[in-house]
Parts: sequence; C-alpha cells; structure tokens
Amino acid sequence: MASLNSALEISGLRKSYGGRSVISGIGFSVPVGACFGILGPNGAGKTTTLRCCLGLTPPDEGKILLGGHSIPDDACAARARVGVVPQFDNLDPDFTVNENLLVYSRYFGLKKPEMRRRIPGLLDFAGLTDKENARVEALSGGMKRRLTLARALVNDPDILFLDEPTTGLDPQARHLIWDRLKQLVAQGKTLILTTHFMEEAERLCERLIVLDHGQIVAEGNPHELIASQIEPNVIEIFGENAVAWAKARRALCQRLEIAGETAYFYCNDTTLVCEALDKERALHSLHRAANLEDVFIKLTGRELRD
Amino acid sequence: MSAHPSGKPGLPSAGLFSFGWIPVWRRNFLVWRKLAFPSLLGNLADPLIYMLGLGYGLGRMLPRISGVDYMQFLIAGMIVASAMNAATFESLYSAFSRMRTQKTWDAILVTPLSLDDVLAGELFWAASKSFLSGFSILLVISALGLSSLPLALWVLPIIFLTGFAFAAIGLVVCALAPSYDFFMYYFTLFITPMLMISGIFFPVENLPHSIYLVASWLPLSHAVRLVRPLLLGECPQDIVLHVAVLLGVTIVAFRVAVFLTRRRLLN
Ligand SMILES: Nc1ncnc2c1ncn2[C@@H]1O[C@H](COP(=O)(O)OP(=O)(O)OP(=O)(O)O)[C@@H](O)[C@H]1O
Ligand SMILES: [Mg+2]
Repeated sequence: MASLNSALEISGLRKSYGGRSVISGIGFSVPVGACFGILGPNGAGKTTTLRCCLGLTPPDEGKILLGGHSIPDDACAARARVGVVPQFDNLDPDFTVNENLLVYSRYFGLKKPEMRRRIPGLLDFAGLTDKENARVEALSGGMKRRLTLARALVNDPDILFLDEPTTGLDPQARHLIWDRLKQLVAQGKTLILTTHFMEEAERLCERLIVLDHGQIVAEGNPHELIASQIEPNVIEIFGENAVAWAKARRALCQRLEIAGETAYFYCNDTTLVCEALDKERALHSLHRAANLEDVFIKLTGRELRD
Repeated sequence: MSAHPSGKPGLPSAGLFSFGWIPVWRRNFLVWRKLAFPSLLGNLADPLIYMLGLGYGLGRMLPRISGVDYMQFLIAGMIVASAMNAATFESLYSAFSRMRTQKTWDAILVTPLSLDDVLAGELFWAASKSFLSGFSILLVISALGLSSLPLALWVLPIIFLTGFAFAAIGLVVCALAPSYDFFMYYFTLFITPMLMISGIFFPVENLPHSIYLVASWLPLSHAVRLVRPLLLGECPQDIVLHVAVLLGVTIVAFRVAVFLTRRRLLN
C-alpha cells in the first residue's frame, strides 16, 4: 500500500551492470514536502538511483514507491506528477525558450490554452521573461539550467528530481537556483536532489544520505551529521614542512589527516594545536568550523574516484 | 499494465496502440515546419532531376518498356525510391541525432510517455516525410500530365505504407548503430543493391532467376509493383500480397526496433 506521507519509499534496491554491483541494497524514504539530498562521489550510483526511481531501468531487486505508485510497473502514471532536471541539459536546440516549454507540456497531455496562461509564470520564475523568443543556443549555461528547471515544472509536479542542478554554474547562478528551490519547498513540493556541493546540501536539505560504492554510508540531517560524525573544529596547516611538523604533533588533538601538502587537525578543543602553532612563524594556518564536506571526506576518503 | 513481450519485464509500454506518439510526431513536425521550404525542395529536386534527366535523356535511346515510354516506367520507380529515401534518412540520421546527440528522447522518457511512444512517434513521422515527398512528386508529374489521375491517388496510401516499412527497418538500424558511420553499411549493403534489383530503373523480369527471386522478397519490389500500374491507370495484381508484405515488414521491424532500443536505453 502507498503510504500517504512518503513521496518516495525505497527498500532493498540492488542494481548491477555486467556483474558489477552499482547499487548494493539501499533503502530510504522521503517525506512529502521535504528536500532530500543524495550525496556521493563520482560513480557512487546517484544517477542510477534516480533512474530506478523514474522507471527508466528495472532494478535487479527491491521495492520502489513513487508518489504512491509502484515502480517500474506504474512508472508512466507516477511520472505524470513528477518533474525532472537531468544531470546534463537536454533542451531542444531547434526551439525557442517558449517552444521548449510548450512542446514539453504536450508530453504531459497539457493543452495549449492552459500553457499559454501558465508559461509567463514559469518564465518569470526562471528569470527568463525577456528571453521568451530566444533560441536555446543563444542562452548562457545558467539560463539553460533555469530553463530546464522551468521545463521540469510544466506539469506542476508534486515531486521534483534534480540531478546536480548547479554543477558548472557560477555563484550568482547557483544562488538563484537555490533561492528558487527554496521557493518550491515552501510551496509544498518534495525535492530529491543529488549534488557534489556540500554547501548546497547544508543549505537546502533537511535530510540526506551519503552514497559510496552503491551503499549508504551515512544518513540524517546535515547539522546532526556534522555534530555526530566529526569533531567540531578544523585547523588546516600548510607551508614548508607543514606535513612533517603536523605528523610529529599528532597527539595534540583527536584526529589528523594529510592531503598532499596540507595537514588537517580535527579537534574538540583547539588550544594545544594553537599554542604549538604560535611558535611557528613559517607555517600558515586556517581555523574553521567543521562542515559537511569534512564529514563527506571522512566517510568516503580522499582518493579520486575516476 | 500489459505484458511486455519484447522488452525487459517490468518496464511499462504503450506504443503503436496508444496516442502517445502524437506529441512526439508534433515535436518533429514543428522542427520541420521551420525549415519546410528547403526540406521540401530537397525532397523534390533530387528525384525530379533523376526523372527528367534519365527519363528524357536515356529514354530517347530506349525502346518502349512493357508497352510504355521509359519516362512513364521510371516515374513509379522514382516515387517509391524517394519515399524509401525520405523514411530512411529520417529514421537513421535524424532519429539517431535525437537519440544520441541531442538526447531529445531522454528528455521525453522522464514524462508519462514511454520509449514505445517515442519510437512510434518517430515511425509515424518518418512515414509522414515519405508521404510528403511522394505527394509533392505526384503533384509535379500530374501538372506535367504524366499520371492518370483518379487512380493515381491510390499511390498516396501506398507511399505512406512504404514509408512505414522503411522507417521501421531504419529504426532497427538506428538502435544498433554505434555512430553515424554505421549507416554507410546499411546503404551500401542493403539500400543501394535493393534499388538496383527491385525494378526501380529497369524491369527485373530479365534478371537471372536467382536475383529475381531475392528481389521478390524485398519490400521495395512490392511497393513498385503497386505504384507502377496505378500511375498507368491500371489496377495492380496481387494487391493483398504486396500490401501484406509491406505491413508485415512494418510490424515485425518495429517490434524488433522497440526490443533493441529498450535494451540500449533502458538498461
Ligand atoms: N548503463 C550503464 N551501463 C554500465 N555501467 C553503468 C551504466 N550506468 C551507470 N553505470 C556505472 O554505474 C556506476 C554509477 O554510475 P552513476 O551514473 O549512477 O554515478 P553517479 O553517482 O551519478 O556519478 P556522477 O557524480 O559522476 O554523476 C558508474 O561506475 C557507472 O560507470
Ligand atoms: Mg550522476
């Protein structure tokens, strides 16, 4: 049975490609009206998870309920109430901004008079009002992304999937998208977004999961995760011999990590490290609060993924 | 949801027997409308140049074939061949670019439409392009007084059906193609030889018997044998057989295209 307060419910999801497991038994549930984050390094299985949820690929095992519909059997009906911002823009290059929205709305069976009424609102939301008749090729990367967001809203969906909505955008464009996503949550829509930007997840998501190698390695509220998974303070040290200096003082606080030429002290109390640093003129240091990125790196390691 | 004999189990389908293809067809139509004039000109100019060039040029030197001028003989062949070309180009190059380069299909697949709807839309669209090209040639030759009109109108549905058959085969090739270069094989190994032995440019009755037998299996031969008599004001023979072959090719090839494209995109 569909549970009425979950927009998406997944259990025991498994998927492998050519014998290699890409999703290894994950389960989570997204409450209606929440903004839910799926974080993970490249190749962790974020896009594959979304594709399973949309009925675009049959899982090897597991149950998916999207908006009360069983996936993949009932995916077409579920997708009628869903909007999708894909990882890579696939706007129609032959069309203008307006035509992109109009043509896309037909795939949902929407009629032209209704869309004529709604398109100005969508364009306004995406900040593209004066670009109505521009060809897609003439738009900047940020505008294309906003148009893709507007296109995902043509059917006034209850649930929105966003696969890395802000990757490749400049800070202005990113902040604008964040603001729009917050508006959508305020309207009561459910957002499920994948991202590499920890700041994005911290700002937007009430709950998130961290995926690695197709498994959930952490789940929870971002602030709670920071509080529970990691020491609250970070001191980054760089400069000549910083690594050797730090290694010799490993005992001064809870945890030390080395990445290239930089040493990271993770501390509950920074006093001892600070005192030691005061005597070193050649070293540079940066004191900051621990953030989600530190949690992410602690959980998924510092190695490159692909 | 119904059973899915041709696809992976559990993925929803709709396809030929729903109306989901219509918005996909309309998308392609809207793109075409923006470039309709050059596109129609291209559809028309090529076959007309062949027809007039070969028909008048070569025709002067040739005896009458099966009781008619070479020009009269050639017209039917050119109409059928251009219908085949229109559907083939659309279902190979254009469909492939919508599948791979522009990712238009990916965008549609996250709406309530299914991959079957997308392919059905492409099938109807490619057949529509055949129809447009056949129709415009028919208009021109009628204006030139080269067709016997009331009966020649029956050519239009045959052209449409021919377009369906070659669009469906084209979608199979599209589903298998790793890149655009692959289509060259299809042209040199299938389309061009078929053009030569299907009675487009010359009668096949005089070819070696084995080739004649091969040709009689090819969809293009069946299309020509329907269109040629109609343009001459005669009723074709074996209508049911020819129509059944074209319909059969369409249905079987489309099922195969759906199966292969599902395997490729929904894996
Ligand atoms: N159709 C496919 N066939 C074979 N392997 C695939 C297919 N789709 C994904 N994979 C593999 O599955 C793994 C997970 O891919 P996925 O795209 O889900 O990762 P992701 O978390 O979205 O990564 P990114 O951050 O780079 O987008 C990758 O190793 C990828 O190569
Ligand atoms: Mg991805």
